[in-house]
Parts: sequence; C-alpha cells; structure tokens
Amino acid sequence: MRLSIQNTPFSPAAELEGFATGHRETGAEVSFTGRVRDDTGALQALEIEHYPGMTEAAISAIMAEAATRWQLLDCLVIHRFGRLAPGAPIMMVATAARHRAEAFAAAEYLMDYLKSRAPFWKREITAEGAQWVGAKASDEDALTRW
Amino acid sequence: MIDVLYFAWVRERIGLAQESVETTAATPAELVTELAAREPRYAAAFADTSALRVALDQKLASFDAPLAGVREIAFFPPMTGG
Repeated sequence: MRLSIQNTPFSPAAELEGFATGHRETGAEVSFTGRVRDDTGALQALEIEHYPGMTEAAISAIMAEAATRWQLLDCLVIHRFGRLAPGAPIMMVATAARHRAEAFAAAEYLMDYLKSRAPFWKREITAEGAQWVGAKASDEDALTRW
Repeated sequence: MIDVLYFAWVRERIGLAQESVETTAATPAELVTELAAREPRYAAAFADTSALRVALDQKLASFDAPLAGVREIAFFPPMTGG
C-alpha cells in the first residue's frame, strides 16, 4: 500500500514498475490515471489546492476501507497538487488482487471516494481569469452505490 | 482558542488562510454566525452554508456537531478531487 500527495510530476508507467511484485497470487492489476482535461482549448493551467494533513488522513482511511471490502494484494494512490499543465497526470490509483472483479471494483471505489471525500479543490486558469471547479451532484450520488 | 482554516473560494472571499479565534460557540453553526457578524467579507463567505463543508480536527463533520475539545476547524466548498 502506498500513498503519495505531491506537487511534482509523476509518470504513471514508472509508478507501476514494481507494483504488486512479491505477491505470486496476484492475477489482476487495474490502474487508472486522471489527466488535466481541456474541454474548450482555452485552458492554460489547472491549480489544485489541498488540506495538508487531512488529505493524507482521508485517503488513508479510504484505502483502508477498500482493503477491508476486497482482498487487495497491493494498492497505490498518487495525487498531485499545485499548478498543472493541460494533459498532465493529476492522479492515479492502482489495485492488485487475485481476480479482476475485485481489482476493478476496488479501483472504482477509490476513485468515487477520492472525488468527493478527499480535500482537494481545482481551479481552472484561462486567459479570462481563474474559475473554481464546482462539485458535481453525480459525484456525490456515485457514493450511494457502495 | 480554536484554529480556523479556510480553503478555496472561502479563503479568497475572507482573504485569509488561517486565524486563531476566541469563541464560546458550541457548534460550527454558532461559530459561522459569530464570524458572519464580524465583517461583510465573512458574511459573503458564509452566506449559504449549504454550499460549504466543515471539518473538525481534519475529519468531516456536520454544522451542529459539538466544538468542545476541538483544536482545528476548517471551512471549504465541496471537494473536487480525482
């Protein structure tokens, strides 16, 4: 299990090197990378603010809960903060389990909870100025399925 | 004394990231009422608490949770992680 909250860039491929190694019973590995999306072509940067201390505590609790619901052999969460360029990886999760159903479900659970229970706030920077990204009701609704 | 932290647009509207507040408020809702009475910038930030979330000692809480023994309270908009 590994969690990193960082303001430096990361390479999703490099982070998966060594993930879940040492667990011969691993039969399934799922990874997801979230990138800075530019819907209009006008995005200059995405700024991410977070709550140091609570961020680590909240995500650790989410990871621990995932590990009790599914038999995870390994679990990884990386989330950036600071100023990011369009296309840059914002965050990634990876899960390893014996079978794919568990690995997929745990990865989706981690993503759903990271969206609305980890204290990050995004602000889009364009030539017109800066705009805070609002939370979506659908993100909150997604938690009800768990 | 309680440390009060503000994030995202709450921080911008109030113009502060953190302050120490002397208060007898029993709940976050009472503290919000006290702060909003201070100055227009606080009133603007706290105009609609349904648009806000609160954390007590770095755990999400409700606006009517007890403040007794809490050292750090944070106000922020709904989170947009991932």
